[in-house]
Amino acid sequence: MRYLWLTLSALLTIGFIYVLDTRSVLPAPLGRLLSPQEGIWQNAESTDADFTEDMRLDGIKGKVSVYFDERLVPHVRAEQENDAYFVQGYLHARFRLWQMEFQTLATAGRLSEVVGEKALNYDRTQRRIGLVHGAENALGEMEKDPEMKLVLDAYTAGVNSYIRSLNASTMPIEYKLLGYQPEAWNNLKTALFTKALTNTLSGFDRDFEQTNALRLLGEDNFRALFPEVPDSLDPVIPRGTAFAHADTIPVAPPTADSLYYHRKDSIWFNGEYKPDPSNGSNNWVVSGSRTKSGKPILCNDPHLSLTLPSIWYEMQISCPTYSAYGVTFPGIPGVVIGFNENVAFGFTNSGRDVKDYYEIRFKDDTRSQYWFNGQWKDADRRIEHIRIKGAPEFLDTVAYTVFGPATYDASFKDKLHDGKAYALRWTAHDPSDILRMWYQLNRAKNYADYEAAIQHFNVPGQNMVFASKDGDIALWQQAQFPLRWKDQGYFVMPGFDSSYMWKGFIPQQENPHVLNPPQGFISSANQRSADTTYPYFTPGSYEVYRPITINRRLRQLEAATPDDMKALQTDNYNVFAEWARPMLLRYIGTEKLDSDEKAYLKLITDWNLRNDPQEKGATCFVNWWDSLENDIIYDELHKSQIPISNPDHFVVLEGLLRDSTQYRFIDDIRTPEKEDLATLVTRSFQRAVKEFRAMDARGTLEWGKAKNTTIYHLLRNNALPFARAGVYNGGGKGIVNATQHDHGPSWRMIVQLTTPTEAYAVYPGGQSGNPGSRYYDNFIDTWAKGEYYSLWFMQAGEESDKRARWTMTFKP
Amino acid sequence: MTIDMRFSVTTLLTALLAFASGLYMPWWSAALAALLVAAFVPQRVGWSVLAGTVGMLLLWGLMAFFISRSNGDILAHRMAQFILKKDDPLSLILMTAVLGAITGALGALTGSLARRAFKPID
Repeated sequence: MRYLWLTLSALLTIGFIYVLDTRSVLPAPLGRLLSPQEGIWQNAESTDADFTEDMRLDGIKGKVSVYFDERLVPHVRAEQENDAYFVQGYLHARFRLWQMEFQTLATAGRLSEVVGEKALNYDRTQRRIGLVHGAENALGEMEKDPEMKLVLDAYTAGVNSYIRSLNASTMPIEYKLLGYQPEAWNNLKTALFTKALTNTLSGFDRDFEQTNALRLLGEDNFRALFPEVPDSLDPVIPRGTAFAHADTIPVAPPTADSLYYHRKDSIWFNGEYKPDPSNGSNNWVVSGSRTKSGKPILCNDPHLSLTLPSIWYEMQISCPTYSAYGVTFPGIPGVVIGFNENVAFGFTNSGRDVKDYYEIRFKDDTRSQYWFNGQWKDADRRIEHIRIKGAPEFLDTVAYTVFGPATYDASFKDKLHDGKAYALRWTAHDPSDILRMWYQLNRAKNYADYEAAIQHFNVPGQNMVFASKDGDIALWQQAQFPLRWKDQGYFVMPGFDSSYMWKGFIPQQENPHVLNPPQGFISSANQRSADTTYPYFTPGSYEVYRPITINRRLRQLEAATPDDMKALQTDNYNVFAEWARPMLLRYIGTEKLDSDEKAYLKLITDWNLRNDPQEKGATCFVNWWDSLENDIIYDELHKSQIPISNPDHFVVLEGLLRDSTQYRFIDDIRTPEKEDLATLVTRSFQRAVKEFRAMDARGTLEWGKAKNTTIYHLLRNNALPFARAGVYNGGGKGIVNATQHDHGPSWRMIVQLTTPTEAYAVYPGGQSGNPGSRYYDNFIDTWAKGEYYSLWFMQAGEESDKRARWTMTFKP
Repeated sequence: MTIDMRFSVTTLLTALLAFASGLYMPWWSAALAALLVAAFVPQRVGWSVLAGTVGMLLLWGLMAFFISRSNGDILAHRMAQFILKKDDPLSLILMTAVLGAITGALGALTGSLARRAFKPID
């Protein structure tokens, strides 16, 4: 009997432990998670944690001291340059390991290993667009460069040194919650991170949708809805700048009329997981002739998905060769946006299309041969092994053609079952020593160094703004841009022979650029780089309105100060509304409105055209416009179910400003009667008012509440307690302060190149990736208020400055 | 030793041993600690189980409490929303204490019953 009780008790204990140690019974291993010595409590960092530490680590050659300021920004001082990259890797891992590994797993199409089958389509997409292939090609090139090889190896060793120090208790909390372990870092992961960036900034394309749109709308309406150049273009390169004469402008193949422009069939593609076309940025530089200090001021704010942990990690790297300060990407070595003792540099996305699809004809279902230049050609077949948590491995064969990987074929997202296949030509696959650009920029002393540095950068196309203490200001739009005939790459191209292939690249020297223009400033905000005098065809996805606000202000500014720049970076003026509102008010049938509707109309009439958080007029205007735009073009665009992309934001407004009541898309083609503009304007307003009332009732009509800025954790809706919702601030689409619901200025930086350098910056996050740290999200409120931190560009001799709160030392 | 003293000593001993084992072993070593204390310190089953329970309730509860206090409850706020679906750090601390207590209770019960099974004369 006693043995029976003992056995029962022992079984009960083991059973209890099993239930609390596994995910197979409860959704989480509660015992392991809540154990104060092993679980999540170990991630609850003391609010007065001490980061001072002395370490002896294998792989370090000399002494490195890291001075952390009160915001936990490290100022690394290394006796030897490559040790600086070791320590950068170590610090990235120390504060951001989970995110850097997760992002590279995502890029490599390996999320299924962590979250299971629900990520399979995502993983297949990542692999089929060839991101790993591209990373391998880039790595091959970088490792051929002896200096870069040392940099990459040092960085990797630093990351791994930290990973090796981890145990079950000290593991970042996301590993505990998701139940997996970090693997060793390697140089391929660093290369993969560059491809994550490339995909974010050049992965958006609409070749399939445009192809469908052309067929559905006919050429005339297509050109009207997808115009090449907006009327209100204010280009990156100031108008009047002379461009070199182009020696070779390719022409369309003779078969284009039948094979390219007049396809008979539609294409149903996989539209999931497209990068956000809002991924963009502002940057500008004001020459000393227009600043109070007489020295240039450079500003940059990249607009990305706002996430926690933030994509950026702020730091200063000092070594005998240079000292650079700015933001870094956990995942790659170097300072990405920032400044050194002599120069400052920043980036905006060019928005240019460097990604085209070609239709491929495979011989049979094995997809081992395809028709090219009159014969069957062997495809390289890459077999992707996708491991899936809780399910057998998935094997995916991707055929590589002369263009690139056949992303879409009968095995992947062939919703029409027409057996067609499409291969992707994308500069992201081309080899390049891409990280060498930052390696050289970080130590650049002048314009010539900057110009030499950017040659190494091939994709994604960036507007690289530059200023130096010796007074130069410059901007190059840099990447390898395909040399195209007009309209090439708007639509899916025939891939049956070489006639539709890119005819090389635009010569680098002919990329749009400007040095010390007479106007005394340069700005870029994702708009088209040049006006129609630029000889090359440059399709892409472009912004129209932000640059207009920026340039208006910069043209007026004399004796500019960093404070003026702060005001401009956080400006909420809505130039789109400035142009659209008079037209709306002219055509609204006020006599048809009841008193309630009139009250809402008054909110719009009285609105100050600023998307400030307390403005109800901003919410009403934005909703009304969306409602009207939908009334005008939805009927034409959605005659069928086939995927089509919406025209750019400027298209309908410019159409109405140009043609007003005669705008060709006003009539609703689905109804027998003929609608006029006044009818649509009034009807769309009345419909929008219903929404205004509901928002008013919920108390969310104020723009800041309607927009509800939210900074999600990288796991999005799976980790809402790790997000910061309800951040109350202004901004929006087409506004210099580009903050949308979950997207916007991910880093705001202002650098005045005086001696000493004066710099201000902020990002919506915090230096620690740990949701249990006070440094996880402590910059968000400062960012939301439009305030900045004054940066400490630490100089030699300031080691005992009181701003150095904690010191970490690394020795061999 | 009086019953009171013996109870206090086993309670404390359970907590100490569980803490020490937790430094090197997974969380469930706490059950092992309670088991060993109950198996080697002679006591009635009821008192043994109570000592395991209270020892572990205090160890996990107090550790969670003090860690969270020095953290300003930052993480407890977030994790309570994950695990309990409400923003209530104290409940998460209590839940931690209770899980610890059950672990200790079961370990101690098994240890105590083992003692009874293998050493019939007390």
